[in-house]
Formats: sequence, C-alpha cells, structure tokens
Amino acid sequence: MTEALDLSLYAKPAGAGTLGMDLAVEGVSCGACINRIENAVKKLPGITEARLNFTNRRLHVAWADGALKPAQIVTALEKIGYRGHPFVPLRAEEEEAAEARRLTRYLAVAGFAAMNIMLLSVSVWSGNATDITPETRDFFHWASALIALPAAAYAGQPFFRSAWRALKAHTTNMDVPITIGVALALAMSLVETAHHAAHAYFDSAIMLLFFLLIGRTLDHAMRRKTRAVAGNLAAVKADTAHRFAGGELVTVPVAALRPGDRVLVKPGERTPADGKVVGGTSEIDESVITGETARRAVAAGAQVYAGSLNFHGALTVNVSAAGQGTLIDEIERLLDKAAGAKSRVMRLADRASRVYAPVVHATAALTAIGWLIAGASLHDALVTAIAVLIITCPCALALAIPAVQVVASGALFRAGVILNAGDAIERLAEADTVVFDKTGTLTLPEPRVINAAAIASDLLQMAARLALSSRHPLAVALSREASGAAPFEGAIEEPGQGVRAVIGGTEARLGSPAFCGVDDVTPVADASHIIFRHAGGVAEIAIAQILRPDAVEVVNGLRALGLHLAILSGDRCAVVEPVADKLGITYWQGKVTPADKIAFIDALKAQGRRVLMVGDGLNDAPALAAAHVSLSPISAADLTQAQADAVFLGDRLQPVLDAVVTARRARRLMTENLWFAALYNAVAVPVAIVGLITPLIAALAMSGSSISVTLNALRARMRP
Amino acid sequence: MNVLVYLVPMALGLGLAGLFAFLWALRSGQYSDVDGAALRVLSDDDIEREC
Repeated sequence: MTEALDLSLYAKPAGAGTLGMDLAVEGVSCGACINRIENAVKKLPGITEARLNFTNRRLHVAWADGALKPAQIVTALEKIGYRGHPFVPLRAEEEEAAEARRLTRYLAVAGFAAMNIMLLSVSVWSGNATDITPETRDFFHWASALIALPAAAYAGQPFFRSAWRALKAHTTNMDVPITIGVALALAMSLVETAHHAAHAYFDSAIMLLFFLLIGRTLDHAMRRKTRAVAGNLAAVKADTAHRFAGGELVTVPVAALRPGDRVLVKPGERTPADGKVVGGTSEIDESVITGETARRAVAAGAQVYAGSLNFHGALTVNVSAAGQGTLIDEIERLLDKAAGAKSRVMRLADRASRVYAPVVHATAALTAIGWLIAGASLHDALVTAIAVLIITCPCALALAIPAVQVVASGALFRAGVILNAGDAIERLAEADTVVFDKTGTLTLPEPRVINAAAIASDLLQMAARLALSSRHPLAVALSREASGAAPFEGAIEEPGQGVRAVIGGTEARLGSPAFCGVDDVTPVADASHIIFRHAGGVAEIAIAQILRPDAVEVVNGLRALGLHLAILSGDRCAVVEPVADKLGITYWQGKVTPADKIAFIDALKAQGRRVLMVGDGLNDAPALAAAHVSLSPISAADLTQAQADAVFLGDRLQPVLDAVVTARRARRLMTENLWFAALYNAVAVPVAIVGLITPLIAALAMSGSSISVTLNALRARMRP
Repeated sequence: MNVLVYLVPMALGLGLAGLFAFLWALRSGQYSDVDGAALRVLSDDDIEREC
C-alpha cells in the first residue's frame, strides 16, 4: 500500500514561518524513550523543535513551513517503535491549563504571605505573654497589614469573583461567607491596629485563603490529569478514512472529512462518517449504533452511519453533513429533550452552604446585639461579633468536599474510571437502579470465538494464524486466538470468500462453507460461522458477542449492594434473553428504540428511583443524558461518550462496581466531614460568643479542623 | 529593638525574592513536565556526542 497520508489538518501555525503539531505517543515507558524520540524526530529536515512531555506522554513538534510533511513525523516514530497520534488540543484543555497556572500563582502568593505573617504573629503572641512593647507590636501589626492586604486582594480573587457571581444571580455559595469573613477580618484588624490593640487577625484571613487554595489547586490538578489521559485516548481512537482525491486515494483523519467527500470503506473497516452508499455492496454490523448484532445488507442508495463495521465488500460512501439521516435526527431531538428535562441536582457543598451562611451570619449579628444589650461598647460588641465570624470561617466546611473529591477521583482513575463531570461522584453514590445496555456494554465490543473448547487446539491455532492475513471482521475475531504467532507466508485472500495458504505442503482454507467445500454446518444460535480446512481436519468455528469476562461477578456485586438491575437492548429478544438469564437479571427488554429507553428511565424517575445508565451505542446517548448519572465504556460512540458522566477503560466490567463502591464511600466521607465541621463549630462558636477567642486560638482551631478533615478524606483511597 | 527596623524588611525581601523565583520558574514552563525533568537529568546524551 503506497497510499499517501495527509495530516495537514493537525499542523497549526506556530509563529515565524513554522508549523507546529501535537502528538499523543503510545509506548513511552522509560526515561530513555525521551531522548530516542526527540533525537529521531530532530533528524528529520527542517525540524526546529521536538519536545516530549513525559508527564502526559505528548510530543510537541515544530518545523519550518514546507520543509516536511507531517506524516513523516509519524513514520519516523513508527520506525523506532512508537505510535504517534496527532491531535488538536481542545479549547477546554487549554483553558484549564491557564486556570491551573493562575491558581498556582495565587497559591504561591498566599503561601508566601501566610508564612511571613505567621512569623510576625508568633512573635506577637509570645510577646503578649511576656514583655513586648506596644511600639514593637504595632510595628509587627503594620508589617502584617502591609503583606496581608495586597496578598488577599490578589490571591482571594477566585473566591471574590465566585461570590460576586452567586450574589448577582441571587443565590449563595460557600464563597460568599468566605469573602465576607476575609473582608471583615482584614478590616477589623486594620482598625484595631490603628487603635494600638493587642489582637489582629491578619494571619487568620490569609491562612484561610492559603488552605482553601491548596484544596482548589489539588482538585484542579487531578481534573487536568484525567482530562489529559482522556485527550490522549481520544487521539489514539481517532480513525482515518480513505478519501478520493482526483482519482487517487489519500488517507486523511476523519476530522478532515467534509460533506460531499467520497470515501472508500474497505472490508473490516468502520465507516468513518455518516453518508450514503454510492457504489459496492456489502453487509454491515451496526451494533455500535443500534445495539442490533444481526448484519444488514447494503447497496447503492443505502444510508450508513459512522461506526458501522463493513464486512465483505468495499463500499464507496458519499459523506453527508453530520446529523443527517433519520436515526441521527431522532437521537439529536431526544438529546435536546433530555437535556431540557434534566433537573439540576444541587451539589452537597451548595446545600451545606445554604444552611451554613444564614446561621453563621445570624449568630454573629445576635452576638453583637447581645453584647450591646449587656452594656458593652459598640467597638467591643463588633469585635466579638467579627471574632465569631472568623472562628466559624468555613475552612473545614469548604475543604470537606473538595478534599474527598480529589482523593476519590484519584482512586477511580487508578481503577480505570475517568470522570467527565465534576459532581459525578455525588450522583453515582445516590444511584439505586442500574440500567445496562447489552451490546458492547455487558458484552465485549468485539466478537470472539465461542466454541474454542470444541476444536482441536492445533487446528484452532493454525486457523487463527491464517486469519491474521485477512481483514474480514470474523477473521479478525478469530485471529485474537493466535498466541503471538506470525501470519503464514504466501497467504492469499479471495475477497468475500476467505483466505488460503499452503501449510506443510497441503492447502489450508479459511472462510465461507462453500469456499472450504463444506456443505452442512451445524448452526450455533446467533453465531456467525467460519470454516477452517487443512488436510483432513475441518473445524467449524462459531463467532459471537460474548459477555465481558467478569460480567457475572460484577452484576452479583452490584446486586449485593442493593441496586436494582435492568437490561434495555436494541438487539433482538432472542439474543437478549440468554444474556439476562446468565446474569440473573429478571427485568429486560429487547428491540428497544432510543425513545423507549428514555421513556423507561422517565418511568423509573417517576417512581423516585435514581438511575445509573451504562451504555455505549449511539442509541443509548439520549438515555445516558436522561439518567441521573451515566457511564460509558471507552469503546462507545463519540456522541455517546460526550453524554456520559464517566468513561471506563478495558475489557472488564469491574470499573462499574468500583465506581459505585468508591463513590458511595466518598459520599459517606463527605457527609462525615460536614458533620465534623459542624461539630467543630458547635464547640468553637460558644467560646467566641463569650469573647474568649484570641488570634492564637483561631489559628490553632482553623489548622486543626482543616488537617483532620483532610486526613479523613484520605480514607477514600483505601480499597474496600 | 531598633535592629528590627531593618531585619524585618530584609526577611520580607528574601521571601519576596523566593516568591518571584518561583513565579519565574512557573512562567518559563519548568513545572509543565515534572516527571520528565526527573528523568532528563539522568540522560548521558551530551557525553555521547563528545566521543
């Protein structure tokens, strides 16, 4: 094959007559890879920059415009054993990188200020206990003010902005009490310093910002890490298409296809885009789109959808605009409806702050009024009231949830679950019903040999090796049984019939019964058959979709957690029933349309159930959007993955169980942390109301409560 | 206690120097690939080129 590869879509201007491209690189495993990759790429003509980021396994290359074709870089990587997948960085990912840098700068400034102010504050505290002169104390307080005010104005921005946004929208969030607390503490300390008072709370205000920024920065770093891995997976998954360009075939990334392009879909390949067949006949497997495992015959004039697997013949497809065709239209319409009907789930943190803020502010106001009635001066009453605000300042409360979130999403990441939505953990924990799709979700996305035990193993190995020479989907499934052997030399593929090769002096054939000269096949239900014949031996190999290897245990595990289970499949009832029986799931439906799936989920919702939908097909996308929370395997259709709250990796179903277990534990820890913060306030607030709080006690209480909340959050990473 | 009048600003100045050094390192991308930096330092690439 000498088909040209055109990757110019990914090359972007990188200033001063150079082009740049980013690639996700597979196979980077050790430090030595860095030099091998960079040196190999730098040897190409015109390269001005090649830098591998080992943390996220990405290579950035820049070259003088016109000096080389981007495809040469991929070829150079392939020669030394790495696979490079070019991609265009998502706008969202770039924005997050900028936000992360901003947060780190805020954190650095707050950290610097907190440390220096604490240095001065500790001197004042120990001086107050011994013999500090009022002049020295004032000097220290003014120095603290000089650091604290600009530092708070700079590092407090994320909180002030978020609080302002919430207030403008006539709601409240955790940042509102934080902003009020910081502002009042600083203002009060400034006034007290001007009056040569013994106590100032500059350290409390800055320490609060510092602790909260640590939580936010970690939360953000975890999100960026998972986002980068998800981006790499998407780059690896991105397919290419063979486009006709003036009588020649050019391989282009799928993203470069435009409506009106003509593409060739070879046997064994997936249709790169939606479109209409204009030439060729074949059978296609649309299980990724409809869940139906039976193949559909297509000829000129038939509508095909992106992701259909082509079986026998080469098809020429005229690409149509995305979202054309009846099925896609229907799914788009249902998606819009589901998104509109989705009730905004209030996050735990917002619920807590909605209770917390009014209670605390009312307590502070009552304290001031109480002291005034008791005969204290206005100054003393206000100072005590602000001390109440400072001591309740929601450090532990604001850290309670993000700290668990960081640890739990890290644990999920290691279990192979990548979160798309920030509040997915809370919603996963609330799920009480799991609705599975069958094809590609409970079953493996690719078919496998199901009667391997019934075939002589040497015959099966030979057949699998011969299958390596064919791209037919059944042969690809069979070739998975080959244990690391190379294909036979001189194997010839007869399009639409099978492959043959001479093995040990006799001809071996693999393919349709007619091709192999076999008349009667004993059919295995719902399986496709492929025959292998060599010398006297004949093997009838049955290939079908099989359950994920751990599906039974995982389903039992979910049932043990008290979850209700159901299967909704677009496939025929005859195929769904055995799967449901094997898993012991009594509620199942076959031949379900996307609209039926939504209706089913809505009915469950009406009963007060919270549904976790697990699905991969295009037909599942609206149901995923309608469900309380949703999961998709990484093999799912792109549109479907975009709707899922989390994506899981690998051939096993275990991540689904892990996700539920981890989310439930995380949710429990979040609630525990909130109660802990409430308990801490219940002890500290009365002390503040009677006016016994000093800056030293405030500092100790704040660090103590924050550290214990964080330590408790670390329990989220323990295995059950 | 007159010594404090110049010692405290000096301490602050040193702290600020550290802060600006960190911000500079952040801006110049030294924190964008922390795992890679740990491995690059072990590479003998430059020595190989000499012989």
